[in-house]
Amino acid sequence: MKAARVLACVIVVAVCALSLCANWLAPGGYAKQFREAPGAPPSREHLLGTDEVGRDRFARVLYGTRISLLLAPAAALVSTALAALVGGLAGYLGGIWLKVARAFTDLFLSLPWLFLLITVRALLPLNVSPLSSVLITFLILGLLGWAASARVLSTSANTLRNSDFVLQARASGAHGPRLFLIHVLPNLKPVLYAQFWISIPVFILSEANLGVLGLGVAEPLPSWGSLLRELEGMLSFREEPWRLVPLGLLIVVLTSFQLLLEKEEVTA
Amino acid sequence: MLGRIARHIASIAALVLIGGLLSATLVRMAPGFDSDERELDPSLNAESVHALRAEHAGENNILAFYSAYLRGAMHGELGVSHSLGQPVSRLLGERWPVTVRVAGIGLLLGWVAAALLAFVGCLWQRPLYHIFGGALSGAFLCIPAAVLALASVILNAPGYLAIAFIVFPKIYRYSRNLLGKSYALPHITAARARGVGEMRILICHVLPIAGPQLIALAGITVSLALGASIPVESLCGLPGIGQLAWQAALSRDLPLLVNLTVLVTLVTLLANSGADVMICMTRPRQG
Repeated sequence: MKAARVLACVIVVAVCALSLCANWLAPGGYAKQFREAPGAPPSREHLLGTDEVGRDRFARVLYGTRISLLLAPAAALVSTALAALVGGLAGYLGGIWLKVARAFTDLFLSLPWLFLLITVRALLPLNVSPLSSVLITFLILGLLGWAASARVLSTSANTLRNSDFVLQARASGAHGPRLFLIHVLPNLKPVLYAQFWISIPVFILSEANLGVLGLGVAEPLPSWGSLLRELEGMLSFREEPWRLVPLGLLIVVLTSFQLLLEKEEVTA
Repeated sequence: MLGRIARHIASIAALVLIGGLLSATLVRMAPGFDSDERELDPSLNAESVHALRAEHAGENNILAFYSAYLRGAMHGELGVSHSLGQPVSRLLGERWPVTVRVAGIGLLLGWVAAALLAFVGCLWQRPLYHIFGGALSGAFLCIPAAVLALASVILNAPGYLAIAFIVFPKIYRYSRNLLGKSYALPHITAARARGVGEMRILICHVLPIAGPQLIALAGITVSLALGASIPVESLCGLPGIGQLAWQAALSRDLPLLVNLTVLVTLVTLLANSGADVMICMTRPRQG
C-alpha cells in the first residue's frame, strides 16, 4: 500500500510539473488554430491530434490541467477557511450559535451539490469573459463547498471547547478571540488539513461536471470540464480514442488523490 | 413517536420556507433581474415600457414577492416559466414522473449491486475480492457524473444505468465498511462457531446492527440520485426535473429555479426525515 501511495504521489507531482511546463512543452498555446488541420489524428506535430477547430489537443490538455489543478486547491482553501470560520466559531461558542450554524449547514446540505452549483451559477451572468468564467466557477465551488466541512469542524470545535486544556486556559484568564485563536484553532489543524485535501478532488469533479454541462469555464480557455465536453460528439469509444486522454488523465489523477487521501478521510 | 414526526414536519417546513426565501433573495439580487429584454424593442412606446416595468414592480420588494409567491403556491399557482412560457406547476407535473422513474430505477439498481457486492465480500473474505471491489468503486468515484451520462448515450444504454453507476460506489464503500464492522463483532463469531446459518446471521444479528445506518444512507442516496439526474437527463435527453433545472440554468429562468430549489429541498428533507422515522420505528425498544 505504501508503494501505491508513493506511486500516486509521483503521478500527481509529475502531472502538476508537466502542466506548469505547458509554455515550453506546447509553445503554440491553447488557442492557436491550425486551420489546415482541423480534427487531425495524432502526429509528430500534434501528439493528441487537433480538435474540430484545429487547436492542438495536447496543448489544451496541458493548459487545462494547469487550470484545474491550480484552481481546485485555491477553491478548497476558500471553502476550508469559510468552514473554519463558521463551523469552528459555532462549535467554540456552542449553545444557540451551534444550533443556528447547524441549521444553516443542514439547509445547504439539503440541496444536492450539483443542483446547488448550477442554481447559483445561473444567478450570475453566463456571457462573461473566459477569465471571469474561470474565477466565477472556482469561486462558486469555494463559497458553496464549506457546509460539509463546517459540520465536521463544529463538532470537533465543540469537543475541544469542553476539553481540560481549554478549561485550564479559561481559568488562567484566556477568553474570547485569544482563547479561540491560540488554543482552539491550532488544535483543529488536523481536521482542517484533512478537509482541505478532501475538497480538492470533489472540486475537480464538480468543475468537470459543470464544464460538460456548459456552465463551467468558457471557451477558448481549456479546463478538464471543457475538454471532456468534446466527448459529447463521439459516436463510439473506438472512434478517435485519443479524445479520451483528458478523461484518462482525470481518472488517473483522482485515483492518485484517493490513494493519497486515505489517511485524511479517516481524520475527517 | 408522534412527537418526533411532528418535530420533523415542523423542521422540514421551516427549512423549506427559509430555503425558498434565500433562493428568492438570491434571485432578486442576481445581475440583470430588473431588466426585461422586451424593453429594448424599439417598436414599444413609452407607455408600453412603463406597463412592462409595472409588471415587475411587485418583484422589487423581496418579502412582498415571497409572500405573494407563497400565497400562490398554496393555491397551486407557481408562476410562469420565462423561458418555456408555460405554468411552472404544469411543467413540474409533466416532468416529475420521468425523474421519479429514472432516479428510482437507478437508485434501486445501484443499491442491489452495491449491497450484493458488499455482502458477498463480507462472507467471502478474500483479499483479491476486496481489491476488486475497492478498485471498481474507486474507478466509478473518479468519473464525473456527466461523463457517465455521456457514456450511456454513446453506448446506447438507458439513463438509469448511469444513475446506478453514479450512486453505486458511495453505497458500496459505506455498506462494505458497515457490514465489515458488524460481521467482526464477537457475538457474530460466536454464532458462526455454533453453526448458525449465514442467512440467519445476516437477518437476526447483522441487519439489526447495520440496519439503522443503512436506512440513513438510503435517505442520503435520494439526494445523490436527484443530483445525478441533472447531467443524466440533460445529456440523455430525458424530459425530467434534472433537464428542466439545466434548461432553467442555461436560460437564467429564475422563477423556475426558485420553484425547483424549493421542490428539491422538500424531497431531500422528506427522504432524510423518512429515513430517520424508519430508524426510530425499527430500533428495538429499551427498558
